[in-house]
Amino acid sequence: MLFTSYNFILFLLALFILYYLIPKKYQWLLLLVASFFFYSFSGWDNVAYITITIIATYFAAVKIGQLHETQQSYLKENKGSLTREDKKAYKEKVKSKQKKYLLICLLFDLGILAVLKYTNFVISNVNSISRFFNAGELSFLDIAFPMGISFYTFQSVGYLVDVYRGKYLPEKNIGKFALFVSFFPQLIQGPISRFDDLGSQLYSGHSFNFRNVSFGIQRILWGFFKKLVIADRILPGVRTITQNPETYQGIYVLIGMVFYAIQLYADFTGGIDITIGIAEVLGIKLKENFQRPFFSKSTAEYWRRWHITMGTWFRDYVFYPVSISGPMLKLSKFSREKFGEKIGKRVPVYMSTIIVWFATGIWHGASWNFIVWGLLNCLVIVVSQEFEPFYAWFHNKFNIREKFLFKLFQVGRTFMLMSAIRILDCYRNVRVTFRMYGSMFTKWNVDEVFNGALLELGIDKADYIVLIFGIIIMIAVSLAQRSGSIREKLSARSDILRYAAYVGLFVSIIVFGAYGIGYDSNQFIYNQF
Amino acid sequence: MIKWKKALKLAVVAIITIAILALLQNLLMPKYMTEILEGALISEYYLEENKDHDVIFIGDCEVYENFSPVTLWQEYGITSFIRGSAQQLIWHSYYLLEETLRYEKPKVVVFNVLSMKYDKPQKEAYNRMALDGMPLSLSKLKSIKASMLEEEKFITYLFPILRYHSRWSELSAEDFKYLFKKDKVTHNGYLMRVDVKPVTTIPQARKLANYKLSDICYEYLDKITALCKKNGIELVLIKAPTIYPHWYDEWDKQIEEYARENDLLYINFLKYTDEIGIDYQTDTYDAGLHLNLAGAEKLSRYFGKIIQEKFSLSDRRNDEELSRVWAVKEALYLEEMEKQHAELEELGYLKAYNSRRGED
Repeated sequence: MLFTSYNFILFLLALFILYYLIPKKYQWLLLLVASFFFYSFSGWDNVAYITITIIATYFAAVKIGQLHETQQSYLKENKGSLTREDKKAYKEKVKSKQKKYLLICLLFDLGILAVLKYTNFVISNVNSISRFFNAGELSFLDIAFPMGISFYTFQSVGYLVDVYRGKYLPEKNIGKFALFVSFFPQLIQGPISRFDDLGSQLYSGHSFNFRNVSFGIQRILWGFFKKLVIADRILPGVRTITQNPETYQGIYVLIGMVFYAIQLYADFTGGIDITIGIAEVLGIKLKENFQRPFFSKSTAEYWRRWHITMGTWFRDYVFYPVSISGPMLKLSKFSREKFGEKIGKRVPVYMSTIIVWFATGIWHGASWNFIVWGLLNCLVIVVSQEFEPFYAWFHNKFNIREKFLFKLFQVGRTFMLMSAIRILDCYRNVRVTFRMYGSMFTKWNVDEVFNGALLELGIDKADYIVLIFGIIIMIAVSLAQRSGSIREKLSARSDILRYAAYVGLFVSIIVFGAYGIGYDSNQFIYNQF
Repeated sequence: MIKWKKALKLAVVAIITIAILALLQNLLMPKYMTEILEGALISEYYLEENKDHDVIFIGDCEVYENFSPVTLWQEYGITSFIRGSAQQLIWHSYYLLEETLRYEKPKVVVFNVLSMKYDKPQKEAYNRMALDGMPLSLSKLKSIKASMLEEEKFITYLFPILRYHSRWSELSAEDFKYLFKKDKVTHNGYLMRVDVKPVTTIPQARKLANYKLSDICYEYLDKITALCKKNGIELVLIKAPTIYPHWYDEWDKQIEEYARENDLLYINFLKYTDEIGIDYQTDTYDAGLHLNLAGAEKLSRYFGKIIQEKFSLSDRRNDEELSRVWAVKEALYLEEMEKQHAELEELGYLKAYNSRRGED
């Protein structure tokens, strides 16, 4: 059931009404049923996969929690009789048992993800090597990739690691835990929530609150506007350019990058707006996933503002553990001894950064495009970091750090750099992408853009008009958001202005949205991850 | 008090939003006034003030292009209306009839059997032409459900703005002119054409793997038969005398058998073209697919006599009130005829039909 389908809107309406009609103590149960009902539309085999993940994670966490409780009571009961060494030995023993459960469950959860998502990728690479040696080829597995598996697996893994770390106790009620993993608005494209943040909100009942409901609906509408009016309208342009690389080179590659940046931003942030808006109507506050990322002045800043919950997940559950892992500490020691303090201390940090970006890349998709995408991001961040002293010197020397035009340049530079790397998502392989990069410098065809070629990309004049207005509104909203919530600001304005804005937004979606027969009905891009 | 005030505000906003959407829906829906006139046929029935007809025709272009209700009135004093639409499928016909019976009980219902050859929905455009013009009713809902193609959505028939929203970039003067009120394009459902395109060659009928008319079509034909019987209406099955698309003998035999089993009158006019007097050099406007005005009037004269005698339909020309109503219709009919002749003389073609023509 697509977020943009009529069925989903009907489903939401029915859920919202029921949610506030039933007793509060049953609301979580309704959400659980609704979440599985929603997910069942993607296929019963997918329901089986998520159920297995839920059951495995639940029991592992409960077991880890029980060991923790046993340890607490044992230490309490034997407070007087145990020496410090005894306590330490006992704790290590318990930790070791907990670690076993953690590792088995991580292997299981991530194993499902790996098998379903990466088996065919591995086979394709093995076949490439086999072809080189004229050996036989393996056949691909006929397995469907469950919608949202990357998101719910990461959410489950985060929960399990937090329980292992003793951050919070495991949830005892399997139904409630199942709701945390499967909560339908965020199930298929995030944000990736933390249990201590979301759990209690899901389980405590919520009374009808006009402000929450009204703000939630406004957020949903804004999400639909971005998805249907902007993202899906510009989509044919992106497809035409990136699926026909022999025809569209040079300036078109640059246009493709900008188009895809707009499409992905409107699509992904639109989807997240709908997700957060739905939760808000239900009285649940989800973490923000974006903070106007296209206003970032550097790549590092961009990644702190784009897909925030994924970034913090990789930081907390990959970067930190990898950085302080045994092998990394050994590497750190080795490199300090070998290359000196200055370089030596960088080696483990950069190694961890490379691992994180490799993982981020392959998490986005089982292809070399995404791996190269991740490593290119890593390269830009590392190089920027190395050049930081030079930048600081340059900015001070010319006193430009606070200059508006320089900031604008930084924003533009970051936007184009990110757009250039991001276009790897679209071309069929890495080689073609780099060939297209090259064509930007070797094929000078700027004049074609002024000869009506832009109208041959699957976007007509009327589409461009809608897009221009839509993008202007999107930028204006982002600019206004810098000084606080738009919805808060609007709610303080006169009724006429406020309602005119809401009605205008709603009518714009109905009339100018790219939906229905004649348009491709498109999944949100991040549904595929 | 504050709660009430808020509720009132919301109600006003909701009403304004609905009004804006309704206005936009009217604006964005195709008007079918100057081109693709077939799209306007179904809704015209509801504009009729006096829904008191002796005969109701249901079916595809073989009824709305081939029979002239004005001729039936002029010649026999029979009042009739054609509830036809482009490629009207048998379930469209059934639900249209079901809905028509909510307004009136005709003495005779005439169903053209060509649509028995289609056992599934063909094209969204034809569905739209058959369904958009119907007001909301249970019959319409059932008809939508029976007619939808896989890519169609039920809700878009209830709120057509969801289907036609993208027309905002194609709006023309016609959309604004007919925003609130549309002209009539038919004469009691008859879509007039006076131009001539003689038959030169008859396409070879291709052999079919299976000549059996499908179960789903029989199911609806049974429903039509039962509905007529239940309401004391005489059902007449016809096959119009158009020579293409080909009407196979195997199909004809099946319909004959059905008519015999159900005690119905079935006339395949293709067998009586000489008696009717149809000349395919002068009486068709598209080389045999449809009859033009001359052909339609000949066919109506022939058919009117049959049904008047068979079903004892009274000549109602003595009814003063009816005569007044039909006098207006006759005048419009004549006016249209003269307009088309003048247009033909001036341009050599009819503007409304020049830009496109497909099989319907």
